[in-house]
Amino acid sequence: MVEALVFLAAAVIVVPVASRLGLGSVLGYLIAGALIGPWGLNFVGDVDATHNLAELGVVLMLFVIGLELDPKRLLAMKNVVFGAGTLQLASSGVVLGGALYALGLGWQAALVGGLALALSSTAIAMQSMTERNELDTPTGRAAFGILLFQDIAAIPLIALVPFLGHVDKAGMTPLWERLALAVAAIAGVIVIGRYLTRPVLRLVAKTDVRELFTAFTLLLVMGIAELMQLAGLSMALGAFLAGVLLAGSEFRHALEGDIEPFKGLLLGLFFISVGMTIDFGLLLNRPGTVALLLAGFLALKIASLWFVAGRISICRDSLLFALLLSQGGEFAFVVFTAAREAKLFSGEWEALLTITVALSMATTPLLLLAHDRFVERKARTDREPDAVTAEGPVIIAGFGRYGQIVGRLLLASDIRAVVLDHDPDQVDTLRKFGYTVFYGDATRLDLLEAAGARKARLLINAIDDVEASLALVDRVRANFPDLVILSRARNLSHYFELRLRGVNVVERETFEAALRTGRAALEHLGNDRFRAKELADVFRHHNIASMEATFPYYQDEGKRLSLARQGREELERQFARDRERFEREHGAKVNGRAD
Amino acid sequence: MILVLHAHPYPRTSRAGAALLAAIRDLPSLEVRSLYELYPDFDIDVAAEQAALERADVLVVMHPLYWYAVPALLKHWIDSVLFEEWAHAEKDSAKLKGKQCQWVVTTGDEDAYGPGAPSPVLEQIARACGMKWLEPFIVGSAERLSPQDLREKGAALRASLRSHG
Repeated sequence: MVEALVFLAAAVIVVPVASRLGLGSVLGYLIAGALIGPWGLNFVGDVDATHNLAELGVVLMLFVIGLELDPKRLLAMKNVVFGAGTLQLASSGVVLGGALYALGLGWQAALVGGLALALSSTAIAMQSMTERNELDTPTGRAAFGILLFQDIAAIPLIALVPFLGHVDKAGMTPLWERLALAVAAIAGVIVIGRYLTRPVLRLVAKTDVRELFTAFTLLLVMGIAELMQLAGLSMALGAFLAGVLLAGSEFRHALEGDIEPFKGLLLGLFFISVGMTIDFGLLLNRPGTVALLLAGFLALKIASLWFVAGRISICRDSLLFALLLSQGGEFAFVVFTAAREAKLFSGEWEALLTITVALSMATTPLLLLAHDRFVERKARTDREPDAVTAEGPVIIAGFGRYGQIVGRLLLASDIRAVVLDHDPDQVDTLRKFGYTVFYGDATRLDLLEAAGARKARLLINAIDDVEASLALVDRVRANFPDLVILSRARNLSHYFELRLRGVNVVERETFEAALRTGRAALEHLGNDRFRAKELADVFRHHNIASMEATFPYYQDEGKRLSLARQGREELERQFARDRERFEREHGAKVNGRAD
Repeated sequence: MILVLHAHPYPRTSRAGAALLAAIRDLPSLEVRSLYELYPDFDIDVAAEQAALERADVLVVMHPLYWYAVPALLKHWIDSVLFEEWAHAEKDSAKLKGKQCQWVVTTGDEDAYGPGAPSPVLEQIARACGMKWLEPFIVGSAERLSPQDLREKGAALRASLRSHG
C-alpha cells in the first residue's frame, strides 16, 4: 500500500515536470524510478517483485499493438521482420560482440553479450514513437518490424546461454522437449484467440456488467502471458499474437478501451522499475568506465542500425530509425543474469553492462530531443503521409434504423466509417452482412478514443436514446472540441437540447419522412408533382426558420406557444400569397388553354 | 452594391470560377450567392433572392456554359424569382429597372460561344426587366488556361466591376 503510494506520487510529481521540460514521459518515469530506488531515497524494498508486476505493462502494450494491427499489414511486413530483423541482429551483434571481445571477454561471452546488446527496448522505442506520432509512418513501421523480430529472437538467445556456459547440462530439459512445448503453447494461443475468445466475449457482453468485460480482458491477456512463460516463450510475444488474432473482431475497440488505463499505469511502473535498477553506486565509483562504455555502446549501435536502415526500402529517415532503436532492451538484463549464472560473465561485467543498458534507455529521449533540435526538421506539411490508419474519417454512434441508412450511404460512397453500437445481437447480425461494427457504449471516453475520435472528421450521433445521445454530445464537446457532430433528434426538445450544446447539424428524425407523406397527399389530391414539392419546400423553410426563432425561448413555454401561434399565422399568410401568385402566373394560362 | 449570382453545380471542381471569384471577392460591398450551395435541392427561397436583388446596383450572373445555355438551377431561379409582376419592366412594380447586368460566362471550348453564336437568353431577360446589358465577360477554353492566364482574367474582371460598381 505504502509502495503504491510512493509509485503514484513519484510519477505524478516527476513526469509532468519532465514533460514540461520537453524530455518526454519515458525519461520522467526513469528519473522517478532512480529517485525512489535503492540508490536514491530507497523507498522501495523489493525491486524484483515490482519489476515482475511492471512487466505486465509491456505485455499489455504489445496486446494493444496487436489489436491495432491489421493481420494483412502484419503479413505485408514479413520481409522487414525477418529479412531486416536478421540483418540488424547479425550486424549489431557482430560489431558489439567484437568490441566486447577486444575488451578481453571470451568468445562465448562476447557472442552472448553482443547479441544481447543488439536487442532494443520495445517499451522505450514504442512509447517514444507513440508520443511522437511516428508509429504509422514508414520509418516507424520499419522500427516496429525490427522490434518484433528481436522479441522472437530473444527467446532462443536466452535459451542458448547455458549451452555456451559452464554449467552442468545433465539436469536440463532436452531441446526437442522445449521446442515441442513452445509449438504447443503458440497453437494454444491461436486456438484461444481465434475460436474461444469471441463466443465468450459475446456471452460476457450480454450480461451487461461492464466490470466483467474488463475482468475477462485482463484474465485473457494475463492467462496467455502465463501460458507463454510456462512454455519458456516471451510473454509479450504471446500477448501480441492474441492481440493480432482479435484485431478483426467487433470487440476490438471495447478491449482496447478496457486495457488502456492498465497498460498506461503498468508501463509507467515498468519504466520506474528500470530507473530503480540503475546502480548509482557503480556510477559514482567508476564514472569514467561507465561513461566510456555507454558512449562506445551508443556509437557502435547507432552506426550499425544506420547501416541496416539504408537497406530497408520503406525506412525513410535512417538517423531517426537508428536513434529510436539505439537503447539496450529489457531482455539484455535477463541475458546478463543468465550469463553470470552460467559463469560466462563476472559479476563485475554483469553490473557494468547492466548499467550501460539502463542508462542507454535514458539517453534515447535525450538523443531524440537533440535530433529534433539539430537536424533540420522538415515542415509538418511534407511529413511522411500516415500509412492507412485504423480509424475512418467518420464515426457513427448507434447503428439502428437511423444510423444504418447514414452508414450505408457513406459506405456506398467508399467512405470509411467506424461504427459503434451497444447491442451485441445487433452487432452480430450486422457483421454477418459484412459491416465493420464494434461493440461498445459510445458515450464512454476510452471507447471514443479507441475509435479514433481524435483523428476523425465527423461524428454521426444516431443514438436513439435521448439521454445517451446528449451524454455523448457532452463528452465529445468536452474532450474533442474540434470534432463536427451531425445529430439525429428524436423530438423538438431533443432538437433544442442539441442546438443548445452547439451541435452543428441536427435533423429531426420524422420531419423529412412526414414532409414526404404530405407531398404524396398533395399529389394524390391533384397537384402537379413539382408543385407538391414546391409547397413542401416552402413549408420546410418556414418551419425551420420559425423553430430557430423560438430557440432562444425554448424553455419559456408561454413565449414559445405564442411564437408558435404567430408562426402558424405567418405560414398561412405566406401560403395564401404564394397561391395567389401561382394562380396569376400559371393558373390563368392553364384555364385559358383551349384543351 | 454588387450581387454575384454564381451558378456552378460543382464549385469545388471549377478552376476558372474559383479564380474569378477569388479575384473579386474582396471588392467593397459585394455579395456572392452560390446558387448550388444555397439550394442543392432546388428549393429556392424566392423572398430572400428578391431581397438580395433589390439591394444590388450591379447584378453579375456567372456560370459555365452548358449546351449553349445556363445550368438548370439558374434557369429555375430565373423562372421562380423573376416573376412577371415583380420583374417585368412594363409593370409598375418592376424592381430591376435601371440596374446593370454583367454576364460572366466560362466555356470549355473556344468556339462554344463567340461571334455568330446565338445571343444569350440572359440578354433578352435583362432587357425585358429594364436592366442595362453590359459587355459580356467571356472566358473561353477555361479548362486549358494556365494559373497565370486565370489570374489575368480575374484582374480584368475586377477592373471592369470596379468601373461599374
